[in-house]
Amino acid sequence: MIRIERLSKQYDATTVVDDVSFEVEHNSITVIVGTSGSGKSTLLRMINRLVEPTSGRVLLDGADTRSEPAHLLRRRIGYVIQGNGLFPHRTVAENVATVPRLLGWPEERIRGRVTELLEIFQLDPALYAGALPHQLSGGQQQRVGVARALAAEPAVLLMDEPFGALDPIIRAKAQEDLLDIQRRFGTTVVLVTHDMDEAFHLGQRIAVMSQGRLLQYDRPAALLTDPADSFVARMTGLSDRALKLLSLTSAGEAALPGSSDGPRVASSASLRDVLSELLWRRADSAIVLGEDGAARGQLTIAAILARAHP
Amino acid sequence: MAISAPRQRVDRLGLLLTVAGAAALIGLPFVVFKSNRIVPGEPRALYEVLPFWAAIGFQAVLLGAAAVALGVADARRRLAAAVAGIVVLGLAVAAAANALTPPGNKVVRIAPGGAAWVLLVCLGLMATDAITRMRPRPIVRVLLLALTLGIAGAAIAHGTFDNLSVLREYAVNAGRFPSELRRHVWLAGGSLIAALIVGLPLGVLCHRVPRLRPPVLGTLNVIQTIPAIALFGILMAPLGALAARVPAAAALGIRGIGAAPAVVALFLYSLLPIVADTVVGLQRVSRAAVEAALGMGMTPSQVLSRIELPLALPVILTGIRVVLVQNIGMVTIAALIGGGGLGTFVFQGIGQNAIDLVLLGAIPIVTLAFSASVLLDALIEALDRSASASAGARL
Repeated sequence: MIRIERLSKQYDATTVVDDVSFEVEHNSITVIVGTSGSGKSTLLRMINRLVEPTSGRVLLDGADTRSEPAHLLRRRIGYVIQGNGLFPHRTVAENVATVPRLLGWPEERIRGRVTELLEIFQLDPALYAGALPHQLSGGQQQRVGVARALAAEPAVLLMDEPFGALDPIIRAKAQEDLLDIQRRFGTTVVLVTHDMDEAFHLGQRIAVMSQGRLLQYDRPAALLTDPADSFVARMTGLSDRALKLLSLTSAGEAALPGSSDGPRVASSASLRDVLSELLWRRADSAIVLGEDGAARGQLTIAAILARAHP
Repeated sequence: MAISAPRQRVDRLGLLLTVAGAAALIGLPFVVFKSNRIVPGEPRALYEVLPFWAAIGFQAVLLGAAAVALGVADARRRLAAAVAGIVVLGLAVAAAANALTPPGNKVVRIAPGGAAWVLLVCLGLMATDAITRMRPRPIVRVLLLALTLGIAGAAIAHGTFDNLSVLREYAVNAGRFPSELRRHVWLAGGSLIAALIVGLPLGVLCHRVPRLRPPVLGTLNVIQTIPAIALFGILMAPLGALAARVPAAAALGIRGIGAAPAVVALFLYSLLPIVADTVVGLQRVSRAAVEAALGMGMTPSQVLSRIELPLALPVILTGIRVVLVQNIGMVTIAALIGGGGLGTFVFQGIGQNAIDLVLLGAIPIVTLAFSASVLLDALIEALDRSASASAGARL
C-alpha cells in the first residue's frame, strides 16, 4: 500500500530522518511514535510531500509519489494536524467541502457528501453546517478537521498528533471515533504521536523512532515481548509491560471452553480489564459473553496470568 | 431632592462644550462683514444681524442643546439636540448673510465669525460623541454620513447659503471647481491604486522571503521621512530628464512639474503603509490553517488567494485607510508644483489674502478625508464583525 524506501531528510548538516524503510499495510492503522525531535512528523510529511526527501522514495500503490505534481497527490491523501487548522473565515460546510471543490465535484455531490460526513461525526447539519469554526467546541472542531480530511474519500489518511490539543475525555472519544471510522471506510491510517498509550490503543503496527532512525516496526505485542533495544523497552514502559501486554488481547480471543459462576464480561473487553474485574470481585473466573449475549466460554485468573509474559 | 436619589452628575464634555460655546457667543463676532473680498472684515454681533425674536429663538435652541449636553446621558437625545443646534446655527448664519447683503450686490462678503465656527465645532463634537456612545453598526454609520452629506448638499444646492462668502467664491470659480475636485480625487485615488498594484505583491514577497523585509521596509521608511516638498524637488530632475529624452513619456504627460511628480511622490509615500500592513496581516494568519490548506492540495497561489489574503484583509484595509486619508490631504500641496486639485484654491487664496478662497479648497478636502475615513472604518469593522459578532452566539 504505502512503501517507504530508504527515506532520508537532511537540513544542511542535520539529519532529521535517517534511512527509514517500512511498509504500511493496506486497511490498517499504523502509528509512528517517538520523542520530540525524533523525525516522526518529518517522516509523515514526506509521505504527502509537504517535505521533499533528500533521498529515498515513497511508493503509493506501487507508484512513486513524485510521478505527479505534489498538490494533486495531496488531494488524494487525507491530512489532519494538531489544532485542526480549520479555516476560520469559512463555515463548517465550506471547510469540509475544501478538497471536493478543488477536485471540481458537482455541487450536488459535494452537498450530499458534506451532509453525510457531518451526520457520521454527530454534528447536526441543520445546526452546524453554517457555523464558523470558532463557534464550535474543541472536540467538535477536531471532528470537523477529520471530516474535512475524509471528504474526498481518500484511501490514505495522514494524522499528525491529531488529538494532542484535546482534554483526556474528549481525546478518548476521538480515538474511539477514529477506530470506528477506520473500520467503516477501510481507510489506511498513518498517525504520528508521542503518546505510547495512544499508540498501543490505536495501532495495529507501531513504528518507534528516535533521532531520525526507525528502531523497530512491529505489532504492539512484539514491542513488549521482543523489544529491539533498551530504548524501545524504555519507550514502551518497563514497569507496566505485563499489564500492557494483557491490554492487547481481548477476552474473546483468550476464552477457553467451559463455564463459570463468576462475573460476566464482554468478549470485546481486554484481558487487563477482565483481570481487574476479577480482582475487584474476588472471583477466580469469569464468563465471556459474545455480542449476541450468549456465553462464548470462560476465563480463569491463571489463564490470564499465563498470557502476561512473553 | 431625596437623599437616596442618585446624584445627577454633570457631563464633563458637556460642561467644556457649553463654556466654550457661551464664551464664543459673548466674546466673538457672529459674522464678519467685508465690503469687498480683500479688505479686513468688520465684526457683527448676533443682535445686529438677526431680528430680535429670531435671535432669541436661536439662543433658546442653543440653551436647550447646552442643557442636554450638561444633564442628559441618553445618547439619542444628545444627538438630536446637537443636530437641532447645527441646523439652527446654519439657518441663523444664512439669515444673517441674507440680511447684510444689499439686494443684487455681488461685491460684499459675509463670512461666519469666530462665534459661529466655535459653535459649529462644539455642536459637531457633541454629535460625534453621541454617535460614538450609541455604538452604531458600520452600515448605520455610513448611512448617517450619507444623510449628513445629502442634507448639507441639498441646502447648498437650494441656495440657502448663496450669500455666504465661501459660496460667493464658489460662484466665481464654478467653472473650475468640478474639474479641480475630480483631479483631486483622481490624484489621491490613482496614486493609491498604483501603490496597491506594486505594494500588495511586494508585501506578499516580503512575507514569503523574510530576508527581504529589513531592506524593503527600511527603504520605504526612509522615503516616508522625506518632506513632501523636498520629494517633489528630488523628482523634478529625473522626470524632467525622462520627458526630455523619451518622447513617449512626454506624450503621456510626464514632466518635471505638474501631476507626474505629485503622483509619483504620493505613490512612494503610500507604499510603506500598504507593504507593512500586508506583511503584518499575512503574519497574523494561523500557521495551522496554511499548513492544512497546503496539506489538502491547494497550490501556493490558491492558499494565497483563498486563505491568506482573505484572512489578512482587515489589516490590509487599515493600511489602505491610512493611505487614502493621507493622500487626500497631501494632494493639496501638489498644487504648488502645478499638479492641480483643490489645493489650487488654497494656495491662490493664500496668495491673494482671500481666506474665503482658501476655505473653498479646504472644506471639500476635509470632507473628502473624513468621508473616506468613515467609509473604510465601517468596511473594516464590518469584515471583522462577521467573525467576532457571531462569537457571542456560541452554539
